[in-house]
Amino acid sequence: MKLEDQRTTVYKVDPEHPESPTLPTLRTEELLLNMGPQHPSTHGVLKVVLELEGERLVKSTPVMGFLHRGVEKLAEDGTYHQFIPHTDRLDYVCAMYNNFAYCRAVEKLMNITVPERAEYLRTIVAEVQRIIGHQFWLGTQALDIGAMTVFFYTFRDREILLDWFDELCGARLTTSWYRIGGVERDFTASLLSKLRAFLDYFPPKIDEYVVFLERNRIWLARTKGVAVISAEDAVNFGLSGPTLRGSGVDYDLRKYEPYAAYPKCEFSVPVGKNGDTYDRYWIRVQEMYESVKIIRQCLDQMPAEGPVMAQVPSVTLPPKERVFTNLESMIQQFKLFSQGFDAPPGEIYCGTEAHKGELGFYIVSAGGGKPYRLKIRAPSFIHMGAFDFMSRGYMIADAVTIFGTYDIVMGECDR
Amino acid sequence: MHPLAERIQMEFPEGFAKATEWRGDLAVTVRREALHDVARFLHDDPAMDFDYIVHVSSVDWPDDDERFEVVWEFYSIRKRHRIRLKTRAPEADCVVDSLTDIWKGADFMEREVYDMMGIRFRNHPDLRRILMPDDYEEGYPLRKDFPLRGKGWRDTFEFLDETK
Repeated sequence: MKLEDQRTTVYKVDPEHPESPTLPTLRTEELLLNMGPQHPSTHGVLKVVLELEGERLVKSTPVMGFLHRGVEKLAEDGTYHQFIPHTDRLDYVCAMYNNFAYCRAVEKLMNITVPERAEYLRTIVAEVQRIIGHQFWLGTQALDIGAMTVFFYTFRDREILLDWFDELCGARLTTSWYRIGGVERDFTASLLSKLRAFLDYFPPKIDEYVVFLERNRIWLARTKGVAVISAEDAVNFGLSGPTLRGSGVDYDLRKYEPYAAYPKCEFSVPVGKNGDTYDRYWIRVQEMYESVKIIRQCLDQMPAEGPVMAQVPSVTLPPKERVFTNLESMIQQFKLFSQGFDAPPGEIYCGTEAHKGELGFYIVSAGGGKPYRLKIRAPSFIHMGAFDFMSRGYMIADAVTIFGTYDIVMGECDR
Repeated sequence: MHPLAERIQMEFPEGFAKATEWRGDLAVTVRREALHDVARFLHDDPAMDFDYIVHVSSVDWPDDDERFEVVWEFYSIRKRHRIRLKTRAPEADCVVDSLTDIWKGADFMEREVYDMMGIRFRNHPDLRRILMPDDYEEGYPLRKDFPLRGKGWRDTFEFLDETK
């Protein structure tokens, strides 16, 4: 077809009134559009094939796997301890929570109880990580849909916490601080005082983020009523975390299946009403306040002294200083890392409420030092399953909002 | 036996194979033919009420007669209980019923199982590879006969061959 033919307007005659002059109707056809894999708002490499009718989304087909590294296969080749650094690279924005979820799963497999102080430390760091995750989400989501300023404010405060992580474990993003049976090292006095200072500093800053967005007409227009999903559908799709709670389901594993020090803390689970992006934004902001509350309670309740690693020599690592000074501890450390510990045959599933949703590990052990099969239940992947359903009928520009509403990170989605 | 497992056995005496409980996790194995009916029962029955799909997974046991094990995990948000539903499929005929008509979230999860383990799902609306490329022809990565440490492809590069 020649270019001129394509441009011509097709006039249709109304069959019931052939003689009457009818308004010209434009010839329409569906347009296929590739969004990504290189697109700044896809937070990694994700391609979505959009079928468009004008500017409306008729159907969208996510094409994933650009970041697939075969983590589940890699797990079968290493000991349980060796897999901890791999979990950092799942959701690389929030490595601590991945470590936490994985270590909890292995502890369930090995039936290990973590000492009380370690449970508190784990909860504190997990909640710090949740704050970082929500700050990151808020900044990038606002940036994606046209409010740039918030980004600088959230990243300014995120930087403080990343430096705090740096002091805690020597890395800002790929932390690997959790260990099976406990944590790698205790807090120092400097870390504690810095964290307390942050808790006083931070809540007014959340108010500051909100000020930028609460009356921002662009933000409101682009989040209210966008990516709506009913509670029933959201549950049916297996959504979790703020994405599910935005629809009014208070499913939060910290309350439903309490773990670590959460049962000893008082906090509420914010729940939305309309199931749109705005409600999810509101939930995430509220969760930052709740996280501050949880951290504060943990700091107050935490036993001042105590071991931070369970004493199960066949499974857990010896203290680092003993590895350098004591022969038996060195042998123990060497054996644990080269051969691993002997896990009983069986299978477990353990889900943990990460800031994106339920991050679960399904581990099948056939005995021996390596997992026979390790399956990661990644919330980002499962949320992408609902993308087509949630995007139908919205404008093309809303696709960006819908990616954002899941808080998607492709490292976790593709694994 | 766990009351939920007893109930399933009572409703499906033919389809029920076994139930295990370990570390507080209940796992029920059913025969392949009864899978869809059991799943429908788990979702619809008011005492079961498993409305939330957690994950779909698969395990390869190459030495067994029925080589592949497909695993679904469900949770009930209202009743707050959890179940793991399993079934077996032999290699020659590794097809199981899709549960996408009951839990819509099973769509992507089953596609991943197909992609990684090569198990096909009957009545799945769009069974294509999801993480690997569409034209990937080297098999299914999570099967145990797929090499764990590469295929020595580095040796195929001439510039790495020091003998030449």
